[in-house]
Amino acid sequence: MYRIALKMLMGDRGKYLGLIMGLTFAALLITQQSSIFTGLMTRTYSFINDLSQPDIWVMDPKVQFIDDVKPLQDTELIRVRGITGVEWAVPLYKGLLKARLADGNFQIVNLLGLDDATLIGGPPVMVEGSLSDLRRQDAIIVNDVGAATRLAKKPTEPGGKPTPLAVGDVLEINDRRAVVVGICRVSRTFQSQPVIYTTYNRATTFAPRERKLLSFVLVKAADGVDPKGLAGRIARGTGLAAYTAQEFKDLTFDYYMKSTGIPINFGIAVMLGFLIGTAIAGQTFYNFTLENLRYFGTLKAMGTTNAVLLRMIVLQALVVGALGYGLGIGAAALFGYLMRGTELSFRLVPEILVLAGGAIAVIVTLSALLSIRKVMKLEPAIVFKM
Amino acid sequence: MSQNGTAVSLRGVTKAYGAGTSRVQALRGVDLDVRLGELLMLVGPSGCGKTTLISVVAAILDHDEGEIVVFDRDLKSMSPGEKTRFRGANIGFVFQAYNLIPTITVTENVAIPLLILGSRRADALARAGEVLGTVGLGDKLEALPAALSGGQQQRVAIARALVNNPRLIVCDEPTSALDHDTGRLVMEVLRKNALSEDRALIIVTHDNRIFNFADRIARMDDGRIILVEPQVATS
Repeated sequence: MYRIALKMLMGDRGKYLGLIMGLTFAALLITQQSSIFTGLMTRTYSFINDLSQPDIWVMDPKVQFIDDVKPLQDTELIRVRGITGVEWAVPLYKGLLKARLADGNFQIVNLLGLDDATLIGGPPVMVEGSLSDLRRQDAIIVNDVGAATRLAKKPTEPGGKPTPLAVGDVLEINDRRAVVVGICRVSRTFQSQPVIYTTYNRATTFAPRERKLLSFVLVKAADGVDPKGLAGRIARGTGLAAYTAQEFKDLTFDYYMKSTGIPINFGIAVMLGFLIGTAIAGQTFYNFTLENLRYFGTLKAMGTTNAVLLRMIVLQALVVGALGYGLGIGAAALFGYLMRGTELSFRLVPEILVLAGGAIAVIVTLSALLSIRKVMKLEPAIVFKM
Repeated sequence: MSQNGTAVSLRGVTKAYGAGTSRVQALRGVDLDVRLGELLMLVGPSGCGKTTLISVVAAILDHDEGEIVVFDRDLKSMSPGEKTRFRGANIGFVFQAYNLIPTITVTENVAIPLLILGSRRADALARAGEVLGTVGLGDKLEALPAALSGGQQQRVAIARALVNNPRLIVCDEPTSALDHDTGRLVMEVLRKNALSEDRALIIVTHDNRIFNFADRIARMDDGRIILVEPQVATS
């Protein structure tokens, strides 16, 4: 009987494909939008991920997320170093500054100033040059995407390609000369600005004059010292905020979740996919059942029990659900693959596959319930009237 | 088999639809016996209760009052589940519009009653092929219903009604959608293959061209049997 149920389903090509397309669209939209959302949210703390060396980030207590820099006095670094359990503590400058390009245009860049002595906090991957080249005069290291796009030199001929910024090229940052000594690769950030590394002291000369310039203090806990406990002691001892790397990521993530419209916008897109999928699949499946009501009635008259009819409908729903889900997540994965290396953030994690699977399961369950109700209440005597 | 040669016995059977002012009394105390080995035709004007009568006899519709005994089983005493099993084992159906599932082959359609009873698929298909051969469709086993003429489709429906050897076959207007010659051919197939000493046939029809295939004709009007008359069958 189950094979007959499948042939009933697949024999009606139009409705069968319509059902699968509806569910595929729902799975695709839910998976794709959730993956872009996840990718975008991951970018909010990608800079913290790239700095793997420090255990603890120390900052002004009012800081809400990684890009919300509230400068500290340089003396705070000394106070942090004085806390028991700190193996090392180094300064980090982080700020958005204007860079003047060779063609005279300006571009906002994300400038990072690393501890002059140790260069702790440098980029995770060097594409060209080395981190120690930062010790040369006026040296900066630029990330590859920024160098190839926003900092690239304009084509000399109309229609030509821009020339990526290269080692040896010169920029002006806040009217000061900056020489490119290396190209690095960093994780894409939420703001998508070019990332420029230099030393802390040089960064303070690039930055506009302010009384306080220290953005963060990066701390490594001594061997055997619990970073979480140490962060608590630093906070109590200095009156500053001190977070483990994970806590700082959570703080940043929570800020974007609660204080921006991003979750709502993506939530609406996901909900739209769910509702459209439910409407298309539900209506098509119900119409399919209505058109086959005569045959369900005939089967019932011939002695098929309600339990068998129920299992036949559930099987039909499961098959279209599984196919729609598979095609939908496959299409979403293909989309992510094709968009790799572009500005688009796309991160497909197992939790999203579970979410999309759950949503499709709910859609097919709702669709099947309507049909099951109709067939269960069907009087077999109807077959003599159809 | 029934001990007294009666397949179906109805006494004082009533059935009404709706309630209050919209209540329609479809059966008003029907008394009727259908004997084993006979083909009984139910005839009468539209709305006289013919379809309701075969529906209650075939246990696909509950009657209100009276007694219906089919092969010594009182339908009133059966639970819905028992009625479903009873139908599957004892009653075959032939419908006016054939009701063949269009997306499965003729053989699969005919095998359905056996699959419902739990037969293995291969056995059910083999038996369905045999029965299709007896109704003259041995060369159409893999065809889809839409590829067959109306008369051929009705013969498939007859094969489906016969495949599990039910003891009662109920037919609703089996020839009304067919031309004269095809209708007669279908009735010949039905009489030849369906009638046997341990089986009864009830056919609801308007088609007076096929009355001569009946052993008896029960005339209905306004929810009652008004006359039961013998008819010489041509076989």
